[in-house]
Amino acid sequence: MKRLLYELAESWKIAVAQMRSNMTRSTLTALGVIIGIVAVTLMGTAIGGIQVGFDKSMSIFGDDVLYVGQWPWKNVDDWWNYRDRRKIKTEYADELNRMITMTPNSNLAIAIPTSSVYRSVKYTDSEVNNVLIRGTVSDYIITSTFDFKEGRFFNELESRGGANVCVIGYDVADGLFPSTSPIDKSVMINGQPFKVVGVISKQGSFLGLFSLDSIVVMPLPAFQKYFTAKSEAEVLVKVKDKTKLADAKDELAGLMRRVRGLPPEKKDDFSINEQQALKSTLDPIKNSIAIAGLFITGLSLFVGAIGIMNITFVSVKERTKEIGTRKALGARRRTILLQFLIESTALCLLGGIIGLTFSFLMCSLIGVAFPSFPIRFSSELVFVSMFVSVLTGLVSGFAPAWTASRLDPVTALRYE
Amino acid sequence: MDTRDSIRPIGPIVIDIENITKDYVMGEEIVRALRGISLQIHRNEYVAIMGPSGSGKSTLMNMFGCLDTPTSGRYEFNGKNVASMDDDELAAIRNREIGFVFQTFNLLPRSTSLRNVELPLIYAGMDPEARQERATQALVDVGLGDRIHHKPNELSGGQRQRVAIARALVNNPSIILADEPTGNLDSKTGEEIMALLEHLYHRGNTIILVTHERDIAAHARRTVRLRDGIVESDERVSVAQLESVAVS
Repeated sequence: MKRLLYELAESWKIAVAQMRSNMTRSTLTALGVIIGIVAVTLMGTAIGGIQVGFDKSMSIFGDDVLYVGQWPWKNVDDWWNYRDRRKIKTEYADELNRMITMTPNSNLAIAIPTSSVYRSVKYTDSEVNNVLIRGTVSDYIITSTFDFKEGRFFNELESRGGANVCVIGYDVADGLFPSTSPIDKSVMINGQPFKVVGVISKQGSFLGLFSLDSIVVMPLPAFQKYFTAKSEAEVLVKVKDKTKLADAKDELAGLMRRVRGLPPEKKDDFSINEQQALKSTLDPIKNSIAIAGLFITGLSLFVGAIGIMNITFVSVKERTKEIGTRKALGARRRTILLQFLIESTALCLLGGIIGLTFSFLMCSLIGVAFPSFPIRFSSELVFVSMFVSVLTGLVSGFAPAWTASRLDPVTALRYE
Repeated sequence: MDTRDSIRPIGPIVIDIENITKDYVMGEEIVRALRGISLQIHRNEYVAIMGPSGSGKSTLMNMFGCLDTPTSGRYEFNGKNVASMDDDELAAIRNREIGFVFQTFNLLPRSTSLRNVELPLIYAGMDPEARQERATQALVDVGLGDRIHHKPNELSGGQRQRVAIARALVNNPSIILADEPTGNLDSKTGEEIMALLEHLYHRGNTIILVTHERDIAAHARRTVRLRDGIVESDERVSVAQLESVAVS
C-alpha cells in the first residue's frame, strides 16, 4: 500500500516534469481537451438554462389546473377530427360550478371561464400590436401565478358588472406608458376605452416563443360585449388535491359529457389539458436536443482524447529505453502502467481546468451581455467536467500505458 | 596461486545455472543463443564474462540480470528458482538483488543524481526520509557527495557512470552486473571506474563484468570466455597476473 503511494507520488512528479520539458507539445495536446471541455460545458450550461426556462414556462400553467378546450396540447395527426368539434363556451363554467357544488367530495374546486382574442392596444399616439385580450372572472386570479407590479386585479363587482376596466401585462405597460404610471389611465381597444386597474409583473416568455407579458385581462361581460368575433374560449378548472389529478380529470370528463349531453357511445368532443401532459409531450423534444447537443460537442472532446492517446503513444515510444531502465531497476508492470496513465490524466486534467476556466469566463460574459440568454453555470457542471477530464485521460492513456507496461525489458533496454 | 585472493574464503553460491539454453525465433529461423551453459558464481567473486559479439554473452547477462528467462535448464538465484518466475516476481528480484551498470549509463535525463539513485528505493517502497539518506550515502560512497542535486547533463561521463554505480549499489544487491561499463568512456575515466569497482569488490560486493576488452576483463579475478553459446574457458586469474597485465 505504501509502495503504491510512493509510486504514485513518483509518477506524478515525472508527469509534471514531462509536461514542463515538452511545453509546446503538452500545450497543443491539452488544447484539444480544452476545446472539448469548453464545448461540452458551454453546451451543458445552455441545456441547464433551457431546463430552467422550460420549468419556468411550465409553472405558468400551474400544476393543479385543468384546461378544457377544443384542441389537445399535443400534435395530432387527425386534426380534421378536432376541427369540427363544437366550440367550448364560457357558459360551461357556470354549469360545471353548479355540478361541482352538488357533488359531495368532488376533486374539483372551481371552474373559470376564459375567452381570448388578439387585438391592438392604443394609448394616445402609442400602439402595441397583437396583444392577447382575455376576458374572464375575478376568480381567475386563483389559477394564475402572476404578481402585480402596480395596482390590483379587477374585483367581483367589476367582474359581474362587466365594467370597462382591465389589467395589463408588463410589455403593454412598457410600450404605452414608458415614463408614467398606467393606473387609472384609459387604453383604447377596438375603439373602446378601458381603465387600467393593475399592471402584472414581468413574466418572460413561454419557451422563448411568445411573450407572456403582452396581455390584457378584463371582465368577461365587457369582453363579450366587444370581442365576440373569432374569440376562443377555454374553461380552467382548479383541482382540490393535485396528487389526485387523474381522478379529477376523470371526474371533469364526466361532468363535461353531461354538460355537452353526450350519449355513452359517443367519444369526448373536447380535450382536457394539463401541465403534466404538455410536459410529457415537450420533454422528449427537449431531451433529444440535449442529447444531440452533448453528442456533437462530445465529438470535439473525443478528438481531444485521440490527441492525448497519440501523444502518450509518442511518449512511450520516445522513452522505451527509460521504460527498460525502470524495469531493470525493479519497476513492475503496474508501476509503468500507472506512470503513463497518470501522465495522460494529468494532461487531461490540466486541459479540463483551463477549459472550465474559459467557459466560466465566457458564461459570465454572455450573462452580462445578454441577461435573458438561458445559461447556467453550476457546481455540478464543474464536478462533472472534472470527472469527464479524468475519465478522458484514463481512457485515452490506457492503450499506450498498457503497451508500455508489457514491453519486454531486454528489447526496451536495447532500443535506441 | 599464492595470492591474497586465494586465501579469501569462498562465500555461498549466489548464481547457480545448469545447462541453460536460450533460443530466439527470428522469422523462420531459430537462433540458439545459449546452447547449454553451467556456471556457479559465489558471493564476493569478481567475474568477467568475455567473448566476441554473437557469442551469447549479452544473452547470458540478461539471464543473470533476471531480465529474461532461459528456454531450458535450471537457474537458481540465492536458492530461488528464477526460471519459473513471472514478470513481477522477476522485477522484485531485480529490484532487491541486482544492481545494473550499463554502458550508456541509462540515467533519467531530467532527474537529479539524488532522484536517479532513489529510484530503486521508490520501487522497493521505502520512506522518503530513509531513501533520501540512503541515496545520499551511496552518492558520497562513489565520491559524488557534492553533485547530488546535479542533473545528468551537468555531469561528465565518468560522473554519470558513478551515479549509475551509486544507483546499482543503493539497494545492497547480491550482485552488481556491469555491462561494458567503460564502453562509453575515455581510457583514463574508464580506469577510474574500474578502480571504483575494485574498491566495491574489496568492500565485499559480488561483481559480474561483461566486456569484450581484455584489459578491462583483466581486473576481474575470474574470466569466463564464451564462444557460440557455450563456455569456452573458465579460469581464475591471480593478482600477480593482473599486475603484469597492468604493467605491460
